[in-house]
Amino acid sequence: MDFNDTPEEAAFRKEVRAWLDANATRKSDDKQSFRARNDDPNLLAKAKEWQARKAAAGYARITWPKEYGGRGGSPILQVIYQQEESNYLVPLGFFDIGLGMCIPTMMAYASPEHLQRYVKPALHGEEVWCQLFSEPAAGSDVAGIRTRAERDGDGWVINGQKVWTSGAHYCDYGIIITRTDPSVPKHQGLTMFFLSMKSPGVEVRPIKQMSGGANFNEVFFTDVRVPDAQRLGKVGEGWKAALTTLMNERLAVGLPAGGLDVDELMELARDTELDDGPAIRNQQVRGKIADWYVQQQGLKLTRYRTLTALSKGQTPGPESSIIKIVAAPKMQDMGAFAMELMGQGGIMREEVPHAAGFQAQWIAGAGFRIAGGTDEILRNIVAERVLGLPSDVRVDKDVPFNKLK
Amino acid sequence: MNFDFSDDQKLLKEQVRKFLTDKCPTKVVRRVLDGEETHADDVWKGLIELGVTGTGIPEEYGGLGLSPLELCVVAEEIGRAAAPVPFDTSVVLATEALKLAGSETQKKKWLPRLAAGEAIGTLATAEGPQPPKPRSIRATFGGGRLNGRKLPVADGEAATFAIVLANTGGSGDRAVSLVLVDLAQASVERTRVETIDPARKHAELKFDGATAELLGGEGEGWRLLERLYDAAAVYFAFAQVGGAEAAMWMARDYALQRQAFGRPIGSYQALKHKLADCYVKLELARSNAYYGAMMLTDGGADLPLAAAAARIAATEAYDFASKENIQTHGGIGFTWEADTQFHYRRARVMALSLGGPMAWKDKLVSRLEQKNAA
Ligand SMILES: Cc1cc2nc3c(=O)[nH]c(=O)nc-3n(C[C@H](O)[C@H](O)[C@H](O)COP(=O)(O)OP(=O)(O)OC[C@H]3O[C@@H](n4cnc5c(N)ncnc54)[C@H](O)[C@@H]3O)c2cc1C
Ligand SMILES: Cc1cc2nc3c(=O)[nH]c(=O)nc-3n(C[C@H](O)[C@H](O)[C@H](O)COP(=O)(O)OP(=O)(O)OC[C@H]3O[C@@H](n4cnc5c(N)ncnc54)[C@H](O)[C@@H]3O)c2cc1C
Repeated sequence: MDFNDTPEEAAFRKEVRAWLDANATRKSDDKQSFRARNDDPNLLAKAKEWQARKAAAGYARITWPKEYGGRGGSPILQVIYQQEESNYLVPLGFFDIGLGMCIPTMMAYASPEHLQRYVKPALHGEEVWCQLFSEPAAGSDVAGIRTRAERDGDGWVINGQKVWTSGAHYCDYGIIITRTDPSVPKHQGLTMFFLSMKSPGVEVRPIKQMSGGANFNEVFFTDVRVPDAQRLGKVGEGWKAALTTLMNERLAVGLPAGGLDVDELMELARDTELDDGPAIRNQQVRGKIADWYVQQQGLKLTRYRTLTALSKGQTPGPESSIIKIVAAPKMQDMGAFAMELMGQGGIMREEVPHAAGFQAQWIAGAGFRIAGGTDEILRNIVAERVLGLPSDVRVDKDVPFNKLK
Repeated sequence: MNFDFSDDQKLLKEQVRKFLTDKCPTKVVRRVLDGEETHADDVWKGLIELGVTGTGIPEEYGGLGLSPLELCVVAEEIGRAAAPVPFDTSVVLATEALKLAGSETQKKKWLPRLAAGEAIGTLATAEGPQPPKPRSIRATFGGGRLNGRKLPVADGEAATFAIVLANTGGSGDRAVSLVLVDLAQASVERTRVETIDPARKHAELKFDGATAELLGGEGEGWRLLERLYDAAAVYFAFAQVGGAEAAMWMARDYALQRQAFGRPIGSYQALKHKLADCYVKLELARSNAYYGAMMLTDGGADLPLAAAAARIAATEAYDFASKENIQTHGGIGFTWEADTQFHYRRARVMALSLGGPMAWKDKLVSRLEQKNAA
């Protein structure tokens, strides 16, 4: 056992590092983040610029085929690139949904002409994509969406509403799941399209999040016309297409990088006085630190097991399905505990060392437990796919959608 | 990145698993639980023939000279079967203690016999219901004589020799030493003690001036024990992972088959999510155990932390899976007849035999502090 690169991997890592050194600034410590430091309105422009540079050098999507601007490389090389990139101060996060979920769905269903037209601009950061799945009445149960698409000549007319659409306010295109036949059970009447977010009738309204930021949106569709050629998959087979997207989501959702963790909690515990001395000497505090350390290590090492399979060209086991189940509540709970250590003062939004960071994680953790599959849905998935337990009773499964209450 | 066992190691694991599935089904565990025998000697003999007892012993001392990784995969299978054999005592604790602290003469005398299965060794630290500490140890050793009582001692009746933690007169942590004592002496009295897990027999050992010798330096006992426990924690973690996995699948199989309210109970989320949590804890434990194994193999500097993390994660995974396995079985799970009790009992015995999770969490944070200070 070792954590070493194969000779091929080592050579690639060296090449990547040299390129990053020449093109970006190395972080002075691993908690630094571009986003935190650069709270400026030009972040998107900077991210697009970085994406373009990366794509020109062939690092934007290493696993994609060469014809689409990738390298046809193995997933482990993609991971190595990301590991190295995370040591540099570069603006990330704007293209994950588009390149991680939307374009892979396009690759599975769009025509060669459309791929010719859309993949390259997405890869080079010229056009940003969003995922228009969730609706007010359908989140976990995505197949319950109500946004309608109706035939009209050689095209379709879309009416309805999406919600929680990350990035819709700056996105150029989106993939959207719609209901084309309400007279059949819910999974059977769906169809997927892609569309321009600039289409007449599309209205994007940012939603202010609990964190204070506004990264997700409501998106309203009023008589939005979409040509039939922009359909992804067959009419009525939108669920199949949606599963392609969601499977890619599972691969994309990983550990949030660079957050505060056990080291910072220990620092805080050293600097905090409790009744019986420094918090770090208190057995309850030590017990919590140990538990989170075991989780932190467990997540990192579970990742390494997955990477081992990728490195050997094998299909990873199901172990990575535990990552978000552990990571999201940990973020929330550790944030809450860190604040408790500071006593009532822990609620103040000011720059006590780490206070703001732990508060931010306490808040972000609440969203992370929901986004990309809730804690409960992920447990269902483990129970059903890994342990082979029966699926939940689905009272609406065989009932025509328009007969549901 | 190569964070997995090799194909050869997986093959060895399969081999041990197959042997235990055949020769150590749950009815063998029950036989020992219900009966008088100290351990399942038939299974033990088979394991000796497979070479299990010599796995980690160097070839010059009659063993197979394999790496810790091989012993880890074996431990996982022993744990999965909840095998009633002196594996954790003899193959892990006694063998590792001799490797760690034994003089050339001691190693020459005992390791070949351990490898060949002619001797069973055990470790005796506790003196009743209180965690052993250097200042609380009452057994004494001096002038080649050992006096005092040790209980509970796992495999105390079956063992050929014991490694005993005894006071040798120093101060602070240096008050205690490890002492090797041959148990076939008139001045050693052994009495069975009842414990929560009758499938792993324990005894009280009374020493009345028994002939014994130091294992390692005088006053070094506590420090050696700490190092011994780090290695043992990793092997135990693998056994605990094996046991946790067995309990999880036992619960899952029952949940598929048992109907309540017109549905398999495994279709209720209260159960599904609980079993998903078993899986989550199991994988966290497995990943931490792998790292422990890796650190053991390289003599890695990170062993103390890795061992503590593996120990904590595996103890939690096994405790959780074994108790929720009973819960999943409902009333039948609480009967003497049901196999659910084996893992529940073993999980607690394993959780406490190297010190419980509370102590290990404290140790883990101390080690983190040391690492951060360095
Ligand atoms: C920060 C953030 C970003 C997001 N970005 C996007 C995006 O870009 N595009 C997009 O389409 N969506 C996005 N979402 C939406 C996200 O996918 C949904 O919020 C999520 O799937 C949950 O759906 P919901 O909010 O409708 O909650 P609901 O599905 O109504 O769930 C409410 C509660 O009920 C529970 N529940 C539901 N069904 C079950 C069940 N079968 N068993 C047990 N419990 C159940 C849930 O676990 C949850 O606790 C985002 C969400 C967040 C928080
Ligand atoms: C010590 C003891 C004394 C008892 N004394 C008596 C007595 O005097 N008289 C008497 O009549 N009975 C008695 N019982 C029986 C007891 O009431 C049942 O064991 C209990 O109701 C559970 O039923 P079960 O054993 O059939 O388990 P099951 O009902 O098969 O349950 C198995 C598992 O499935 C879970 N489960 C079942 N249905 C659901 C659901 N809908 N949602 C989620 N989870 C579910 C359960 O919680 C359990 O974990 C006794 C049991 C014990 C252990």
